[in-house]
Amino acid sequence: MSPAFSLVGRIFSSRTLWISLIVVVLASTLPLYVSGYILGLLTIAYYFGVFSMAWDLLFGFANEVNFGPTFLIGLGAYTAGILDNLYQPPILLCLIAGALAAVTGGVVLALPALRVRGPYFGLTTLVAVLMLQNFVVVAAGLTGGEIGLTVPDVISIDDKVNYWIALGFMTVSGLILYGIARSPVGLILQASGQDAVQAGALGFNVTKHKLAAFIISAFFSGLAGALLVFYLGAASVGTFIDVTVGVQVIIAAVIGGRRTILGAVLGSIFLIGANEALRPLGDLSTFIVSAMALVVVLLFPSGLLGLLTRTKEAV
Amino acid sequence: MNAQVHGAHLEVKGLTKRFGGLIAVKDVGFSVNGGEILGLIGPNGSGKSTVMKLIMGIERPDAGSVRIKGVEVAGWPSHRIARLGAGMVFQHSRPLHRQTVLENITLALLPDKLRRLFPDPENEARARAIAERVGLGHVLDRRPSTLPFADLRKMEIAKAIARDPQVVLVDEPFAGLTSRETAAFSQLVTDLRDDGRAVLLVDHNVKSVAALVDRVFAMYVGERIAEGTADEVMRNETVRRVYLGGSIETAARPESSFRDTTPFLEVKNLNVFYGKAQAVENVSIHVHQGEFVSVVGLNGAGKTTLFNAISGVLPYSGEIRREGKPLGGLTPAAIARGGIVQCPEGRELFGDMTVRENLDLGGQHVTREESEKRMQWLFDLFPILEQRQAQTAGTLSGGEQQMLTIARALMMNPALLILDEPTLGLAPVILEQLSKALERLRQTTPITVLLGEQNVTFALPHADRVYVLEHARIVWEGDPSRFAAEAGTGYL
Repeated sequence: MSPAFSLVGRIFSSRTLWISLIVVVLASTLPLYVSGYILGLLTIAYYFGVFSMAWDLLFGFANEVNFGPTFLIGLGAYTAGILDNLYQPPILLCLIAGALAAVTGGVVLALPALRVRGPYFGLTTLVAVLMLQNFVVVAAGLTGGEIGLTVPDVISIDDKVNYWIALGFMTVSGLILYGIARSPVGLILQASGQDAVQAGALGFNVTKHKLAAFIISAFFSGLAGALLVFYLGAASVGTFIDVTVGVQVIIAAVIGGRRTILGAVLGSIFLIGANEALRPLGDLSTFIVSAMALVVVLLFPSGLLGLLTRTKEAV
Repeated sequence: MNAQVHGAHLEVKGLTKRFGGLIAVKDVGFSVNGGEILGLIGPNGSGKSTVMKLIMGIERPDAGSVRIKGVEVAGWPSHRIARLGAGMVFQHSRPLHRQTVLENITLALLPDKLRRLFPDPENEARARAIAERVGLGHVLDRRPSTLPFADLRKMEIAKAIARDPQVVLVDEPFAGLTSRETAAFSQLVTDLRDDGRAVLLVDHNVKSVAALVDRVFAMYVGERIAEGTADEVMRNETVRRVYLGGSIETAARPESSFRDTTPFLEVKNLNVFYGKAQAVENVSIHVHQGEFVSVVGLNGAGKTTLFNAISGVLPYSGEIRREGKPLGGLTPAAIARGGIVQCPEGRELFGDMTVRENLDLGGQHVTREESEKRMQWLFDLFPILEQRQAQTAGTLSGGEQQMLTIARALMMNPALLILDEPTLGLAPVILEQLSKALERLRQTTPITVLLGEQNVTFALPHADRVYVLEHARIVWEGDPSRFAAEAGTGYL
């Protein structure tokens, strides 16, 4: 049996993944019977799902709390948006540029940040978000500043096409991230996160592995950010960079289930759906959603996915 | 590389490490050949663990050389040293809790490569073989959190073997193991030697590793004090003085001289668990009003746990009574306010505050005049603190910090003062000053003291009564003058 086959075999032997794939197949049929409004919500939720999965790779496996997911997302989104705004190259080029910008920014941030210990990594990433936010506001000529940036192109104006693109992108991203998390590299990453001294004494270059995780996380965050820009047709600080957006990404990953990768998608759909359902309540909705998130975190630390799998095992 | 370079597997020369002003390791040198076990021995704070970390690259040496199979590795990061052929069996580790024992061992077999996205099926077979060899064959598919402590230790050794290291460092091999488990673990260490590896065993005392080691290198406050066979080192005068003290003058008052019928503090059948490891087993001790009681025990024997249970910061079963009334339901703060004050091992001073401010904090609960009066009395007891009043606590030397910790506790006017390893990491001359201060405290005040120490020299002279704590149990109780004859050999 070839090693490649055995990993693929192992991944596909996971019941969670099989159920997820069935859910994806079912989800792909949704445009046939639900409204465009719901499709639009889910489209955004799927991109958020990728943000959260990418974040979970860092937090759940490398054990690094990145308070700045929106630094990576924002770099991807704004790079793609500005490029399209200025030169209108093919959208694919904008997407690649966005992903590369996020990776570059991620490396520049991670190299010094991974050298500091404990809470300082998180603080460094938080500061990066604030710096990017400031830059966007200051360089208003380029970025649209506080008003926002409108991009001339969108991928498609058809709700269904946009929905399928988001679903497809999320599925592929999820498979890759889940595969990495379950691979030998994912195991080393977990060991590095859990006990860096021992991982080093076992011969693993902890910094190298954590940096790699950061790069992967940045790539998917940036690419998802860029795709979301071409879905929304606009970029603004409030939707892509603001710290509260980052907090939503984090909450989605945590209530979905830490260290599960796939749970993050569940968390995102829950969060976006709840926010929307409670919108008539105005400011109160944020409070209720936050309270629900708190309950999940306190009562079910393994998250929604943990809750579902546990119930199933009990039956 | 030419063949003649390969003298010893591990060769250490002139190794030196400073932490701020403290010299933790000073000019240490030794070598270990393949197929040999060297015991690196020293009391708490002697620098032995630092030596191990310097060899493994977890800390960077300030000077000196570390050669592994002839290659100079001083200053390398630990993953490179590991790949060259050094491995370490950790005393405490955080295994991957969501993975099985088998997966934890397989982890150690993985190469340090990012492209290795697909597992090598051979690794699993190798991990299985290693697990069988260390006696974990029956728990391969269990999660580490469900294993007994002894099996977790075996898993650590399995991970170290997996890298096939030529030099193996083992940190406190027998801490927390029962005597039967110790025998099984000793066999694993002997196997490492018989494979032709160089083994460095790091432990507190010679006795516990004497049967295992070929040679012993003994350290005290960062320096070599003796080297030779286990017997030679145990007979060495310096070693005996460090561990047992020379001729100890004791000034014990007989227990019958304490008139209280109900002891001030009474601990009965105390049991404390940390997860699966039992840290305190069926311990019963008592302290009379005005008595000075020492609890002697090596690192890991359970002293700190016992004290923490008395201070109410740990859950326990059994009874702890103060003057006949149970302390069980009280919060740590209530127990401390009631006058049972603990000076923790870690000192826990406010490093950025001055000496005076630290003392003022201790005196919060008494009136201003009372606080002034106590402070004058303390400056009399510890004159150095008076000179250092305006200095921040973080800039004091270790000994001065210890004095400040005790002084701050005394500001609270304690009924019972609990001192947890006050001598930790202190130089001999400071020990003497501290010892004198304690003696004056005992002579001039009616204070009750419970002292936990592994430094017998320090613990005996002031004590009225001594308990010996070993592997979580009280194994001896008696007059300090009888200690050396009846219980001393365990402390070499």
